[in-house]
Amino acid sequence: MNWKTFYALLSRDGHVARRNLMPMLLQNLLQPLLLTFVFGRVMTSSGMMHAEYKSLLLPGVMAISMVLAGVQGVAMPLITEFQFTREIEDRLLAPIEIGWLAVEKIAAGMMQALVAGLVVIPAAWLTMGSGVHLTLQPVLFVIVLLLVALFASAGGLALGCSVGQTQIGLMFSLVLAPMMMFGCAYYPWSFLKAFPVLQYAVLINPLVYASEGLRGTLTNTDHINTYIVIGALTAINILLLVVGLKKFHQKAVS
Amino acid sequence: MGIGIRIENLRKVYDTPPPSAARGGGFSFTAQRSAGPKEKKKKFEVVALDGISLEMRAGEVFGLLGPNGAGKSTTIGVLTTRTRPTGGRAFIGEYDVWQQQVKAKRLIGVVPQRPNLDFALTAREVLLFHGAYFGQSKHERERRSDELLAQFQLTDRADHMVRNFSGGMMQRISIARAMMHDPEVLFLDEPSAGLDPQTRLMLWEIVRSYNKLGKTIVLTTHYMDEADSLCGRLAIIDHGRIICQGTPAELKASIPGGYLLRLRFNHVPESLAAELKNLPGVTDVKVQAQGAVDVYADRGGPLIGPIVNAAQALNAELNDVHIAEPSLETLFLHQTGRSLRD
Repeated sequence: MNWKTFYALLSRDGHVARRNLMPMLLQNLLQPLLLTFVFGRVMTSSGMMHAEYKSLLLPGVMAISMVLAGVQGVAMPLITEFQFTREIEDRLLAPIEIGWLAVEKIAAGMMQALVAGLVVIPAAWLTMGSGVHLTLQPVLFVIVLLLVALFASAGGLALGCSVGQTQIGLMFSLVLAPMMMFGCAYYPWSFLKAFPVLQYAVLINPLVYASEGLRGTLTNTDHINTYIVIGALTAINILLLVVGLKKFHQKAVS
Repeated sequence: MGIGIRIENLRKVYDTPPPSAARGGGFSFTAQRSAGPKEKKKKFEVVALDGISLEMRAGEVFGLLGPNGAGKSTTIGVLTTRTRPTGGRAFIGEYDVWQQQVKAKRLIGVVPQRPNLDFALTAREVLLFHGAYFGQSKHERERRSDELLAQFQLTDRADHMVRNFSGGMMQRISIARAMMHDPEVLFLDEPSAGLDPQTRLMLWEIVRSYNKLGKTIVLTTHYMDEADSLCGRLAIIDHGRIICQGTPAELKASIPGGYLLRLRFNHVPESLAAELKNLPGVTDVKVQAQGAVDVYADRGGPLIGPIVNAAQALNAELNDVHIAEPSLETLFLHQTGRSLRD
């Protein structure tokens, strides 16, 4: 392992992320914030929804924002860099095992996901006004937050190495949209009780655990047991890492 | 001290279509395995390298010459760790390229066939980050990038994004990047494809002066003049095999007669080849399709008269003549029966 090279790869991604900061923030944050405003502010102040909905919504929006950061920060760049231009080649030729380049991508993606997730708290607070009740469980929250960041980033790696440039549109409509809608981001998992089949079917969706985990550690609202969430996220992360690293190797060498 | 390269019985069979010519793109379609009667689906299999053995000596400029799809880029791909060999071994210096990738990567600089620059960066940043990947200190990489930008006449565009560069400028910054960490071996895959003549001459000068520092240079090309003027030794590859190798002079001397007269008749009577072979100075006659005949001889123009007479005696009419002086092009034709650009 060559730390100098690893650090240089990381600083390259940091440099590019800083250069693209504004568009990236807009891409990651605008949609969740608009949702927060409409559902958390407009709907609640009109009386159509309970004021408690604000606290339910915040962790879900955080989870979505982190997943989007993983897609924007890891999957999308990988899709373009592995395409025709082979932009990634100069880094594949850097004096380091190519598996470490994938690890570096995951580390950079995790940092972006963490920033994207944590920025949501004050931003959503501002758009929703008062009425968000946070009851933080610091240790569990940090563990869940890190697991969600790893999920966003490793998922981005697996997605980025499996999807071709022509399939980006499909990726959004077939993978990301259903994942967000059935990810328990806008409602807690227990609300699906009326749809028993669906309630158990959505359990294959990792975003369910991300939303429920953040909901459980950040607020006092209805949620799946946090230890189950931690176990499920750990298992999902291991699976995504194995798949992602394997796909990365396949893409990197002909 | 320079670094040599050894390739032993290298094979590469693609079972999926190779991604692009940017790396490992060269492959031949000839050796495709025919599907057996029991196989339901025809398996994609393309033999790109069919047991290549080569030695490139430390400090020489070695050229790989061949038509598109001959296996040049795949050879470069394997030597630069970007392509996994199916069989055989390749060494950069003492390091097995596949087993000791990181050590091998430290020794090499690569200019790909198509520029694969990091489009998220400016020209200067491309060089600075490349230096950082190779562990250069901040001071060292700033000094070296300034030098290279000046050498490649890119100083005034140094802080522009490379994605807006023209093809020639991208190629120049690619070469500068490959030289950034001062590698012992420089690989250039079709370096002058798409360059204007002036930039091409500049590139040749840069290659020569880098070679003077004792560095080994491996380049692929299908320009004969480039191979002829740059390379100390050459190997001609076709269909994944080495057809011949040696210095340009040795290779040219091996062409029978040296001159090649490509003739075209309205028809080729049976006895014409024998008649032509009997003409003074003719060493070999090859009858090709559609009235074309290749004549190898130790002279060019003076043979036209006798050829016309011989043809007329057999009622054949000579329609076209092309005389090629001894060159690598003629050598390639002689060895493969095909022109380099076919």
